[in-house]
Amino acid sequence: MPDMIEALGGAAPVCSHLPWPRRIVDAETWSELAGHLAEGRWTLAGLWGDIGAVHMALLDARQGELAVATLECPAGQFPSIARHHAPAQRLERTVSDLFGLKAVDAPDDRNWLDHGRWLVRHPLGACSTAAGDGEPYAFLAAEGEGLHQIAVGPVHAGIIEPGHFRFTANGETIVRLEERLGYVHKGIESLMAGAPLERTARLAARTSGDSTVAYSIAYARAVEAALGLEIPARAHWLRALMAELERVANHLGDIGAVCNDAAFALMHAHTGVLRERVLRQSNASFGHRLMMDKVIPGGVAGDLDRPGIDGIRSLVATIRETFPRLIALYDNTASLQDRTVGTGTLTHALALQYGCGGYAGRASGRSFDVRRDFAYPPYDTLQFDVPLFQEGDVNARLWVRIREVEQSLGLIDQILDGIPSGETSVAVARAGEPREGVALVEGFRGDILCWLRLDPAGDVERCHLRDPSWFQWPLLEATIEGNIVADFPLCNKSFNCSYSGHDL
Amino acid sequence: MRKLLFENLFKSPLTEVRPASDLSMLAELASSLGLVARQKLGRSLSIREIDAGSCNGCELEIHALGNAFYDIERFGLRFVASPRHADVLLVTGPVTRNMREALERTYNATPAPKWVVAVGDCASDGGCFAGSYAVVGGVSEVVPVDLHIGGCPPSPEVLLKGLIALIEQTANGGHST
Repeated sequence: MPDMIEALGGAAPVCSHLPWPRRIVDAETWSELAGHLAEGRWTLAGLWGDIGAVHMALLDARQGELAVATLECPAGQFPSIARHHAPAQRLERTVSDLFGLKAVDAPDDRNWLDHGRWLVRHPLGACSTAAGDGEPYAFLAAEGEGLHQIAVGPVHAGIIEPGHFRFTANGETIVRLEERLGYVHKGIESLMAGAPLERTARLAARTSGDSTVAYSIAYARAVEAALGLEIPARAHWLRALMAELERVANHLGDIGAVCNDAAFALMHAHTGVLRERVLRQSNASFGHRLMMDKVIPGGVAGDLDRPGIDGIRSLVATIRETFPRLIALYDNTASLQDRTVGTGTLTHALALQYGCGGYAGRASGRSFDVRRDFAYPPYDTLQFDVPLFQEGDVNARLWVRIREVEQSLGLIDQILDGIPSGETSVAVARAGEPREGVALVEGFRGDILCWLRLDPAGDVERCHLRDPSWFQWPLLEATIEGNIVADFPLCNKSFNCSYSGHDL
Repeated sequence: MRKLLFENLFKSPLTEVRPASDLSMLAELASSLGLVARQKLGRSLSIREIDAGSCNGCELEIHALGNAFYDIERFGLRFVASPRHADVLLVTGPVTRNMREALERTYNATPAPKWVVAVGDCASDGGCFAGSYAVVGGVSEVVPVDLHIGGCPPSPEVLLKGLIALIEQTANGGHST
């Protein structure tokens, strides 16, 4: 098997790119990489546009290597990766929407984030004005006797984000689900272009509110990598503490919410109380319930004092006392298991092909966790397991999250015991030359990629954030096939993909 | 399950005392609401939540209103699945261009009298997303707004104060826009 970075060949870019390499490749190598991806040698970790170029991040999970391949597109086009490797499809459609760079021979040339409402075309590339009246969208066909369609959204029945789902069903059984997303596209990457680091940090923290800590860490690590900045050890540990609190809060809330979607409200009520306790303690310890803007380039904002530490210890004790009874409640309620076991099964093969991160991948046997496989401080010195299940159904996704709560509590213990003293941040100085950085961070939902280029003045020239949902949303479509319409909320919540993180 | 339910019989409830309504919000409502709604609505309001482009942070805190600590339903406030059943539209986010029509259509599908509450700093003026090609701006750029609840995101307590102010004003005879 060829080494990934050797296979890239190519030339290094003008400015330094850290901590993993970026290589400028030719069209032939670009297409060869598509072949390697299709054969499952490496995993596609991202594909995004730039002025006159496309970048593609590749992951070799076994070797713990990441590399970025760049293809310059003077003619405004590039060979389609999606033609050989389906996970690239929506990414290529987005590159076309935002930059006007076309994937040649792409299997799907419909717009994705651009609904024809923006008053501009290709806002990040050769921008031109547009009418903004909206354009019809051609949903994929599903034909056969007795089939009917159900259109849902963008405004949904619950308190959730907007997106459109087009079901084609035969009676109760779903034969095709097609998602249409992009409703919450806010143009975050265009707002980041040319912005100072502080403003970009605020935008990164608001890419997906439930993962604000993870996004802020990904962004801060990319900036620090680009500038070669070493931050104090205490800052690393405080970041991890916040990240684990965020993970626990989301897992607790969602475990209850999945049960609630099977009309089992008791679980929801109890996990809701635990989640609220986590948010209140986060507020007491760090000054914000979701810990927004508490991770900044150079370290963290503020410090953790003695009452803050004691409060978290007492919170962990409360969860340890209460949570096992809730797990037993889930495990012993046959009517609930009847809804979750065997429902919405994601196959191992698809999870691997899409590089499906987070609990969705780990419930289908894809053992990948950035905290272990691309360990960043302080996880390289902490002990934890990465729970793995094989069944791939709603039940397995719930169990991964139950076990991850337990692992996170163990990590919080270790962090509180071992946190070094000292400074919590360092000043961020400009480099005086263009610099590039990339970071991969494990959010509660999976791996978040942040790639950026800083200009000589130290402002952000281009920043790309890739949510784990990019490689999970398409799998929800595959997973739901053959399930009944009434189980869709359950399946959807068990994935809990981000709309805002995906739409950007 | 029986053990869990039984134990809870002997625990004191987690639900906290009702926060006082926010005076500044009452002032905003007093200027936007006028007469007569109590006869129609009593002390009860049905709320339809609409994410018009938020980062999902506001949704998390609106969700929290339903937990045992805040227990929003004790105030006669409940979330409904359809705008046709709603008295109040609780709108979050900067309104994105891709969500503008959906927001307008949801507003038009809501029967009068109706109130619109804009939740979060983004819903006020677009927040940190203002100026983007993909964002229209605050909620009032698209539909008339009766009350702004600020914050990024507003905490459940702040949300509750605003909504209690709304229910007090409507009960005192406020009419919608």
